[in-house]
Amino acid sequence: MITAQRLHALVRKEFLQILRDPSAIAIAFVLPVFLLFLFGYGVSLDAHHVPVAVVVEQPTQETNEFVAGLSQSTYFQIHPFTQLTAARAALMRHEVDGVLWLRSDFTRALLQQRTAPFGILVNGVDANTARLLEGYLQGVWQTWLQQRATRSGQILHLPATLENRIWFNPALRSRNYLVPGLIAVIMTLIGALLTALVVAREWERGTMEALMATPVSLLELLLGKLIPYFLLGMGGMALSVCMALWLFAVPLEGSLGLLILASALFLLVALGMGLLISTVARNQFVAGQIAIIVTFLPAFILSGFIFDIGSMPEPIQFMTHIVAARYFVALLQTLFLAGNVPEVILTNAAALLLMALIFFGLTWRQSRKRLD
Amino acid sequence: MLARIWALIIKEFLALLKDKASRVVLIGPPFIQLLVFGYAATFDLNQIPYAVYNEDAGAVGRTLVAYFEGSPTFHQTVFISHESQIAPSIDNQKVLLVLHVAPHFTQNILQHQSGQIQVLIDGRNSNTATIALNDVSAIINQFNQDWMAQYGWAAPPALPEIRAWYNPNLISRWFIVPGIVALLTLVVTLLVTGLSVAREREMGTLDQLLVSPLRPLEILLGKALPGFIIGLLEAGLISTLVVVWFHVPFTGSLLALILGIILFLWAAIGLGLMISSLANTQQQGLLGVFLFLVPAVILSGFSTPIANMPEPVQWLTFLNPMRYFLVIVRGVFLEGAGLALLWPQYWPLALLAVASMSTAHWRFRTHMG
Repeated sequence: MITAQRLHALVRKEFLQILRDPSAIAIAFVLPVFLLFLFGYGVSLDAHHVPVAVVVEQPTQETNEFVAGLSQSTYFQIHPFTQLTAARAALMRHEVDGVLWLRSDFTRALLQQRTAPFGILVNGVDANTARLLEGYLQGVWQTWLQQRATRSGQILHLPATLENRIWFNPALRSRNYLVPGLIAVIMTLIGALLTALVVAREWERGTMEALMATPVSLLELLLGKLIPYFLLGMGGMALSVCMALWLFAVPLEGSLGLLILASALFLLVALGMGLLISTVARNQFVAGQIAIIVTFLPAFILSGFIFDIGSMPEPIQFMTHIVAARYFVALLQTLFLAGNVPEVILTNAAALLLMALIFFGLTWRQSRKRLD
Repeated sequence: MLARIWALIIKEFLALLKDKASRVVLIGPPFIQLLVFGYAATFDLNQIPYAVYNEDAGAVGRTLVAYFEGSPTFHQTVFISHESQIAPSIDNQKVLLVLHVAPHFTQNILQHQSGQIQVLIDGRNSNTATIALNDVSAIINQFNQDWMAQYGWAAPPALPEIRAWYNPNLISRWFIVPGIVALLTLVVTLLVTGLSVAREREMGTLDQLLVSPLRPLEILLGKALPGFIIGLLEAGLISTLVVVWFHVPFTGSLLALILGIILFLWAAIGLGLMISSLANTQQQGLLGVFLFLVPAVILSGFSTPIANMPEPVQWLTFLNPMRYFLVIVRGVFLEGAGLALLWPQYWPLALLAVASMSTAHWRFRTHMG
């Protein structure tokens, strides 16, 4: 069914076509570098210099000590105020994200051994950032409690004290998990873009019928499309991994061999999806529209790259199983940060293999049906 | 002139909708996507899988663990009785965190000393880990306050009173779902406009149009208006669903939202037509759409704050229409914003619309001359 000579000729034809319209080369090599560079720097959940209004209605030694905790942290950028109304107006105009309010009776309450209340006000629209800000402001408060107790020669006793051990990413550097996730999202696009239009173009221009009239078998035809783009895609993947390791300094705990294997599997799925899209659509316009809809947003939102899959409602969690990027994100995050964890790697790799088979099977069926 | 533009609009609608697949692509996905993404895209954790490794045999340890068992945020999935079980549970992602109650926890607390709780957490996804740690410390704080009040421990010298404006329960869905209005409107407009000129050019029908009595501006409007009509309908329907289905409060001015949608649509259409008119083939057009769409979404502030980006990337976002529109929708939905407060978002959108439409127009003219 497959002869080396015919396959070689088909691959050569495809490569010639790629060279003639260099946009495929741009897609495979320039696009991942450009996007990873942009997003690797641009996408971050680590806030720093968050503008916070600090309202001190009556400055004293005590309030200075309290505020000192904020100014030492690079997390905050302090905007001092003396009145709450002005600080609230600043919050409304988005000039600050939060307000720390020490009332005029703060010091008096402390000296009288009463519990002194103080206010924390945040803009809750961006709930995630707001919650982190609340957490940091409470951290300042707890540090202050400790220091104050130490200064007065006491030991602060809280019933339960908490100690954290963060595995795999002790500094909680968000880049370490975002960059592997970004690679998965970007390669989803690359894989689909590379193949989404090529078969559709052959159908649209009628060259597909011409190819089918030749002795070339369907399998050879598909392989002839697949092999060149697979090689291009692996090149783009290699560039992305090099950038992750050396530019963004993401540690690679697992083995390189497994990483290559996982990437190859994922690329097969992504290319297979592109082939299927262009076989079903048969014209470039619709193939392009479908590629935009089924690749980018699902890979971005449903892959667990940024939104935690475990927190989605059950039916949505179930749906994420048809998003190939989901498995690749899990593989990459584990291989980069945790190491060769057999269970995670085997299940996700098996899922990718299954998806690749399904996509190629469907493409095969769709192409054959139209031969009659 | 109006009659000619009208004829062109009809032609464009026919070209868009005559293909069944294309019809499905334009009408079905926005609503499915709104539902799926609206539920999927949240930073709030629930059912965090965790395990307890309790080395303390006493009652206080059990009381503390009961706080976690009673919380809807946490869900115990693995039972650990020996230290060696901790690593495999975390490695294999069976649990996100292990709560370790140290020996003598009960004894220490009964003697008015501090008892120790250790949290071992999977940091692979650092954001999830940060949020989960926050949730853990909130529960521990609650336990401490209850215990101190109940057993007469000295109260801490100061206590925070925390308020969150606009979104008092800090539901991240309220933040994300209005953003989906922007996201889907952008995708739909680019789908309609991004490939349309490139297709005509590749098929040679653009030349036919250009030699007809139609002026380039008329062709441009004929290409732009279908995108505008489809975009306006979908943006309106999606916004309605955000309120009716997802119960996100709508506190601002409807007029401010409508003006925002119109300006955003023109900016997005202009950019789509510009990309499309610069491309020689559909493949280039599709590449251009992706090259614009993907950064526009990821660097818009939709999921990660613009303030966290390095300065040069922040400057780039000034060219991104979605950046401004996100401020508008979130402001109108949650912050009760009106026209006056949103003025700084309107004029850059208008500027982007004019600049991109002019570029597209210029490409049409030079192609003809």
